[in-house]
Amino acid sequence: MRRVLLVLGLAFLWAPVLLLAGYAFSDSRVPFEWGGFSLRWFTALANNARILDAAWLSLRIGAAAASLATLLGMALGWVLARHGPFAGRPVFGALAGAPLVLPEVVTGLSLLLLFVGLQALTGWPAQRGAVTVWLAHSALGMAYVAVLVQARLAGLDPALEEAAADLGASPFAVFRTVTLPLIAPSLAAGWLLAFTLSLDDVVLASFVSGPGATTLPVYLFSQLRLGMTPEANALAAVFLVVGAVLSAIAWVFRRRAG
Amino acid sequence: MTLLALESVTKRFGAVAALDALSLEIGAGEFFALLGGSGSGKSTLLRAVAGFELPDAGRVLLRGQDISRQPPPARDVAMMFQSYALFPHLSVADNIAYGLRRAGEGRAAIAARVAELVALLALGGMEARRPRQLSGGQQQRVALARALARRPSLILLDEPLAALDSGLRERTGLELRALQRRLGASFVMVTHDQAEALALADRVAVLEQGRIAQVASPRELYDRPATRSVARFLGAANVLEAGTLPLGAEVAAPAYALRPERIRLVDALPAINGTPATVADLAFRGGDALLLAQVAGGPLLRVVLPAGAALPEAGAAILLAWDAAALAPLAA
Repeated sequence: MRRVLLVLGLAFLWAPVLLLAGYAFSDSRVPFEWGGFSLRWFTALANNARILDAAWLSLRIGAAAASLATLLGMALGWVLARHGPFAGRPVFGALAGAPLVLPEVVTGLSLLLLFVGLQALTGWPAQRGAVTVWLAHSALGMAYVAVLVQARLAGLDPALEEAAADLGASPFAVFRTVTLPLIAPSLAAGWLLAFTLSLDDVVLASFVSGPGATTLPVYLFSQLRLGMTPEANALAAVFLVVGAVLSAIAWVFRRRAG
Repeated sequence: MTLLALESVTKRFGAVAALDALSLEIGAGEFFALLGGSGSGKSTLLRAVAGFELPDAGRVLLRGQDISRQPPPARDVAMMFQSYALFPHLSVADNIAYGLRRAGEGRAAIAARVAELVALLALGGMEARRPRQLSGGQQQRVALARALARRPSLILLDEPLAALDSGLRERTGLELRALQRRLGASFVMVTHDQAEALALADRVAVLEQGRIAQVASPRELYDRPATRSVARFLGAANVLEAGTLPLGAEVAAPAYALRPERIRLVDALPAINGTPATVADLAFRGGDALLLAQVAGGPLLRVVLPAGAALPEAGAAILLAWDAAALAPLAA
């Protein structure tokens, strides 16, 4: 019985994904019709400049957003885990975790209003585009990284940092030689998580992006209205493989951070 | 020569005074033990000397210099943590070298000092291992080597033996004392284990509620406890209030401590320093036997009888006696 339920659950999760990937190898023009095995959609994908541009932009935004999110999330997690009680700490902690529970539509709309307001006040950002998407994705990823770093630090003996200080290390040296190496696995896991979040985000990017800065998920979503071709399936198959590899790496890091 | 002096150091956590105007002097080359139960303030005292707690009032002096406001890295003391706090991402050699690197010593000097400490603490062949690949005893020695590396004026030991198996604890304690003697180093140890404090330290301070109840050599502390609570804490002595039993002591005092092993079973009751009693309970403990004797209308006495003594039956009427010299006067 348990095995049947397990199989049903897995099928529910994975059957659509595998179907999608399977049709990438179909020779038919219709994405849900089997027309014999072919790799023609992968070839078509390789020659579609607009899709490739969007994918390249998504990868760059993902990497940049993950890096900024890791930097900020590390500082945030460290303060929450190591700086004991301070005035306003509970509020600060709750606010830092807000992006985890806030609906993305709300986050996206508020960021859009912020960017529009900023532009009216200061003239920056001159137009919405890759930079605003990068900032939005960084803010989202930061909360996830902070949670990972905070959990890791909470599990570390505070005596380690005290021992380093006791042996003559300045606060910066304590961080560089003891804290940083010990939280490195959760930083790596956090970076990969933030990267993945950025890579498949449609909602935030739709709100804060502008002309000429179409990320891959946004492009695919817009193609839906014009009718899909199996090129999208081929792209999905490629991303499935890349995503599986990244998830596996993140999982390994998180286990080591455990 | 006084190495470390605390002058009415006070530290409060909320309404609780962990250290209550505590003053103490520790000499150079001394093995000093801070003994107390949990919440007595002994760990706070150690952390105040290391610089992890800043006192609310009072001064901490090292070699006559006020270090109360110095941050931990600036203080010429090194702490060995109860958990050892070995850096898990560094090898044994890098753990030992950590303080030397921070001090900016040269490569050759660091290597020489690490080799010296590895030899001193019998850690040969383990230099490249990570802490988690070591046994508890080896980890303890690495922690000690790391604390000794920069030759600090004072080594602070927070429950240095608590994390070890009981079989290893005794021998490691003696090795610790032998090392301290050989190096002429100054050790301040925090412990809740009275046997450990008495066995290893030159002097022991008994802490109670942030105050010092008594500072004395182990033998003096055991034979002449100053207060009722020190007497009860050390060796579970009987505390006899003056007037409850026919006591004939050398010095008049409101109460006396009487060690369980100083009470004898006798055939004839003496006029003073003796009492009839009944055996409330009896436990054979291998090396000796513990007897709880109920004095009619009086205290329940702990009596420790030597191995091989004829033991009475539970419920039997017995006669107990002790020497006048065994009664240690208590001030409070």
